[in-house]
Amino acid sequence: MSIFFEVLIGGLLTGVMYALIALGFVMIYKASGVFNFAQGAMVFFAALTCVGLKDDLKLPLWLAILITMVVMVILSLLIERIVLRPLVNQHEISLFMATIGLSFFIEGVAQLMWGSTGRKLELGIEDVPIQALMDKWSISISQFDVFAALVCAILVGALALLFNKTKVGRALRAVADDHQASMAVGIPLHRIWVIVWSIAGFIALVAGLLWGSRNGVQFALTFVALKALPVLILGGFTSVPGAIVGGLIIGAGEKLAEFYIGPMVGGGIEGWFPYVLALLFLLVRPEGLFGEKIIRRI
Amino acid sequence: MIYREAGQFKTSYLGDTQIFPIKQDRYTMLALFAVAFIAVPLFVESQYVLSGILIPFLIFALAALGLNILTGYAGQLSLGTAAFMAVGAFASYNFMLRVPHMPLLLALALGGVMAALVGILFGLPSLRIRGFYLAASTLATQFFVIWCLTKVSWFTNNSSSGVITAQNMEILGFQFNTPVRKYLLVLSIVTALALAAKNMVRGSVGRSWMAVRDMDVAAEVIGFRLMRTKLTAFAVSSFYCGVAGALFAYAYLGTVEPEAYNLDLSFRILFMIIIGGVGSILGSFLGAAFIVLMPIFLNIMAHKFGLPTSVASNLELMVFGGLIVFFLIVEPHGLARLWQIAKEKLRLWPFPH
Amino acid sequence: MSSARKIGDVILKLDNISLRFGGVKALTDISFDVREHEIRAIIGPNGAGKSSMLNVINGVYTPQEGTISFNGKVRKDMNTHDAAEHGIARTFQNIALFTGMSVLDNIMTGRNLKMKANFIEQAFRLRRAQREEVENRKKVEEIIDFLQLQSVRKTPVSRLPYGIKKRVELARALAAEPSMLLLDEPMAGMNVEEKQDMCRFILDTNDQFGTTIVLIEHDMGVVMDISDRVVVLDYGKKIGDGVPDQVRNDPEVIKAYLGAH
Repeated sequence: MSIFFEVLIGGLLTGVMYALIALGFVMIYKASGVFNFAQGAMVFFAALTCVGLKDDLKLPLWLAILITMVVMVILSLLIERIVLRPLVNQHEISLFMATIGLSFFIEGVAQLMWGSTGRKLELGIEDVPIQALMDKWSISISQFDVFAALVCAILVGALALLFNKTKVGRALRAVADDHQASMAVGIPLHRIWVIVWSIAGFIALVAGLLWGSRNGVQFALTFVALKALPVLILGGFTSVPGAIVGGLIIGAGEKLAEFYIGPMVGGGIEGWFPYVLALLFLLVRPEGLFGEKIIRRI
Repeated sequence: MIYREAGQFKTSYLGDTQIFPIKQDRYTMLALFAVAFIAVPLFVESQYVLSGILIPFLIFALAALGLNILTGYAGQLSLGTAAFMAVGAFASYNFMLRVPHMPLLLALALGGVMAALVGILFGLPSLRIRGFYLAASTLATQFFVIWCLTKVSWFTNNSSSGVITAQNMEILGFQFNTPVRKYLLVLSIVTALALAAKNMVRGSVGRSWMAVRDMDVAAEVIGFRLMRTKLTAFAVSSFYCGVAGALFAYAYLGTVEPEAYNLDLSFRILFMIIIGGVGSILGSFLGAAFIVLMPIFLNIMAHKFGLPTSVASNLELMVFGGLIVFFLIVEPHGLARLWQIAKEKLRLWPFPH
Repeated sequence: MSSARKIGDVILKLDNISLRFGGVKALTDISFDVREHEIRAIIGPNGAGKSSMLNVINGVYTPQEGTISFNGKVRKDMNTHDAAEHGIARTFQNIALFTGMSVLDNIMTGRNLKMKANFIEQAFRLRRAQREEVENRKKVEEIIDFLQLQSVRKTPVSRLPYGIKKRVELARALAAEPSMLLLDEPMAGMNVEEKQDMCRFILDTNDQFGTTIVLIEHDMGVVMDISDRVVVLDYGKKIGDGVPDQVRNDPEVIKAYLGAH
């Protein structure tokens, strides 16, 4: 039984990490209606830049993080200017495909700048089981995973505060609701987009650091981001709590499936299980758990 | 001067529905066919050009055609192209392996049919799901199908390494074992299928796809059956991808392995149709040519400037990504539209308007 | 006023139609009928439920209550494909043309129910596919002549001016050779000349092909001029039903919609 809890909690914590990446998607989609396929590339880019600054240029971790943050803001500025603005009135599929192109571009740049070999990222928190839990219930839960969950909780809390209690947050919510109306009341749309993409960049950085120190910073990180898609499908593209719940479900679901069903069919289920789960879910509820129902008028 | 339509009148509706109504276009196409079918085999001696450029170009063009039918004409965004190619490859392989005296062309066709069936199955969600939700669910197809082909050992004939050597291609005793012969075989198949695609796209099935793409609610109201239209698109598209996948294994790689049909390949084919032009037969070919030639070009450039190959491959990512964004902003209909614009300018040349 | 036309029996009968979207009542207990070969107008202020009424008739919306009887068959709901197959065609308030295709192709889509060849026959241009394409092309050309669209037949519809687009939509609907045509504000946004042209086309359609026409229109002049009978809706309820003169002088209709004149 304790094995079940171990796998479950491990899955939930992985799910928290997925949720982190999904949060970046939700931010951008909420505020600009763009499904940013490049979020994964941004995670990779942020992580790689940070590691590069720390290891290659021998900067202290906190400085590396700060500089990376600045870089992410610059990246957001560039993206808004070069990609988003010209495509503002196009079909959302065009914007989606543009972000696919963007993701390849960012991956290329990241590797060009810092090299293509995988890197190890040390955050100072080890991936060892928590002794107390180990002793009391003989459950092996990594303290790193718990740390990640805490970070995620703090981030979500901060985002909630931002959205609900600050002027900027109010502007973000207005833009998410109606672009035209918010422009009509004087909200600078383009600046808001830069802010949103920068926040998403920050989220990407956090996610990149956590994932990077867990799995190493390598190209495969971009594919982890793909896992965020089932998370979003489950949780809806516009809901922060949805991203969390979706992440938890996907994380737990994939680990449990791998553990219990995996051995029966030769393993490797994790690769497709979340997607099939999301697909089945979409058939029942095409808008996700928390998403908004789409009504089309003719 | 040269490119004038004046004096070319159509006297029947049948005449008006020709693929190349303008005489100059027809002659150009005939010349192109002459070069492709006759000049190239006679004069091109470089194995590399045949096996490394022309054959993959044709195969990818075929896959791009398939994806274009699904995404460009029918508007169903798909990220699972490579999976359908894999089905075609493995199905052809198993048919050739297990059915005695299975003719090559039939095996290829059956591979396509199997891919079409899988396409219909995984296309069913498109009846409920749209847009990038559908794209996300095609990822399920991509990952699941490849996993299946890797894990279920019957598909790989219980091969321990997972890599199978493709059988030799032969028709009635004639062996296709040289680059030139493989090239001609692939060329013939691709030409025939491209023609079929052009016919479908101009006919009422093509119109049904475009109607569903442009405004599916209105399409339903005027009598189109959404399910039939979408599933036909999935079936035909997957058939093309399946045949392309089989040719990929038999005429190019020489092996049948699941890893060759990964997500990266799906993205590549998507890039081909974006750059070449969505919703265009010509665009599929132009895009495929571009994606095949660009890495070679970049490699040559990198060599020239003494840069390591890793730089070249990263540049490739940047160039592809950047070009996607560029085309989507500047000319969403890709190279095909640029070609059309060039032809229109040519019609007026040397006059400005 | 073409009184020379013979108006036939009732072909469409709506009984006690009620339509709700969640809490919003779009239509409440609407009943009226349409006779063959007549031109029936539906008028009323914005939001009265006119488009919803049309959507119910051809099956886009299913009413919660009430029945529709078309050509004798009574049904609670009609699905759009059946409606199309039984000869109901329509145009839309916001133009619903297929933006990726030319005028000719758009009108050809209207013929889709008449074309039976499957995709394989089309792929290899087998006899039936080829023959159908040419035959239907002939029919479509007749409509192009009828609506004077010859000069734009190969133009992509996205490039056309608004008035021409509306005409192409009408052509697409006519291509199906419908027995009943539903027109949703066919003259919205047109200038006087374009309106006159559209009026003429509608009347010609009714005259030459005998098509029954149900149209939503705001221009009172047009409505009073060309329709045989009028239904007036307001807030989803029917407040008037009769020949134009009757409706014009109905006090309730005047209060809700027409104003004093």
